[in-house]
Amino acid sequence: MITSNHLGGMEMRKIRTEELIPIIKELCKKACYELENELVDKLKESFEEEESELGKEVLDELIENAEYAKENQVASCQDTGITVVHMEIGQEVVWEGMYLYDAVNEGVRQGYEEGYLRKSVVGDPLIRENTGDNTPAVIRTDIVEGDKVKIVVMPKGAGSENMSRLKMLTPADGSEGVKSFVLETIRLAGGKACPPLIVGVGIGGTMDYAAWLSKRALQRPLGEANKAEHLKKLELELLEEINKTGIGPLGLGGTVTALDVNIEAFPCHIASLPVAVNLQCNSSRHAVVTI
Amino acid sequence: MKVKLPLTREVVEELNIGDVLELTGYLYTARDAAHKRMVETIERGGKPPIELDNQTIFYAAPCPAPPDKPIGSIGPTTSVRMDPYVETLLKEGLIAMIGKGDRSYYIPPLMKKYKAVYLLGLGGAAAIMARKVKEAREIAYVDLGAESIKELYVENLKVIVGIDTKGRILQEEGIAKYRKI
Repeated sequence: MITSNHLGGMEMRKIRTEELIPIIKELCKKACYELENELVDKLKESFEEEESELGKEVLDELIENAEYAKENQVASCQDTGITVVHMEIGQEVVWEGMYLYDAVNEGVRQGYEEGYLRKSVVGDPLIRENTGDNTPAVIRTDIVEGDKVKIVVMPKGAGSENMSRLKMLTPADGSEGVKSFVLETIRLAGGKACPPLIVGVGIGGTMDYAAWLSKRALQRPLGEANKAEHLKKLELELLEEINKTGIGPLGLGGTVTALDVNIEAFPCHIASLPVAVNLQCNSSRHAVVTI
Repeated sequence: MKVKLPLTREVVEELNIGDVLELTGYLYTARDAAHKRMVETIERGGKPPIELDNQTIFYAAPCPAPPDKPIGSIGPTTSVRMDPYVETLLKEGLIAMIGKGDRSYYIPPLMKKYKAVYLLGLGGAAAIMARKVKEAREIAYVDLGAESIKELYVENLKVIVGIDTKGRILQEEGIAKYRKI
């Protein structure tokens, strides 16, 4: 039930948290089964560009895999990830019902169970017992203008997440410092992060915020550039240089190591230049809905 | 090239990096937690739950099997995490490992010494890889959930030779060929 009423003279929109459960459930399945068309198209383009025969063979398999997974509604990759759920909540929304995060986790639980998705989450990071239902999700919320809620479900595999890095540069390091840190990260990752990659870069903010920016950068539609001219230029330069590293598809050697580089930036302290690189494997999954 | 499992030392010695193989036969899945447990058992003087002589281990934990299929999506996990356990298992006769990514510096000499190979699975192509699995049976460490040891019968499972018995490394040579900076 979605209704509107006046609270303190302001038009508010009520949403029951229980309504999120089936939405999150379906988003989990959709994200894991269906790679976006833009990604599959990009893989096809890369197949034409790739110079290595072995690299071409790998890309060909990845394209076939994406098409088969979507058609048969099965997971495109066995690592169906830890579930990152990002919600942009309009400030005119009022929640009713169970605790919002419990509703999100219930949706994840149902989606992973019904969708035959792998449960890859351990409860305590040191004791390491599988929670058995892929919860808890990593939930991030932002308050935005308006009365809508945008929900992004992003299952994040560990192969690429484990090769992601963060460094506190000094302001003097500048964009050259950013570039060399990104390239170093790509080289260290090699084939472990399942290239061709999508590279999310967060610059600025604080240590934690840069990391979040780098993950949010991965949500940007493929092929869309940063709106700031200098960052767009940096994205293009990085993409070109990453593809000169020779790492290639799955690190077997080749000319397609990354499909896209997305940078997100935020103001920072006069003394700081935080940089985070969040790598995304070839199975870049997210499903989005706005309610 | 079509290859039957279990492998033999004669077959393995003929393989070269970059060879694309299609494997048919039985193999086992095991990854982080199962390796830790197997090696701890061996170090205590016990027997691992699977006979490793001439066997192949696939570093993988599949998705649950949908009702009409023997297994869910399956693909290789990052191999380097299993490196500390490799020599103990090679001593037990392990002949091949399937995973993804490059490995620690000490692994290629071990492949040479024990006449074993490191094979690369196609990371990310898990839905079509599952089609190559005809039977799957959980045989040990069931409490580990996705990470339990499973015996799989595969037909024409595509893998690429990553490290051969000469100790050559495909990724190293491949990347050097295309590297421009």
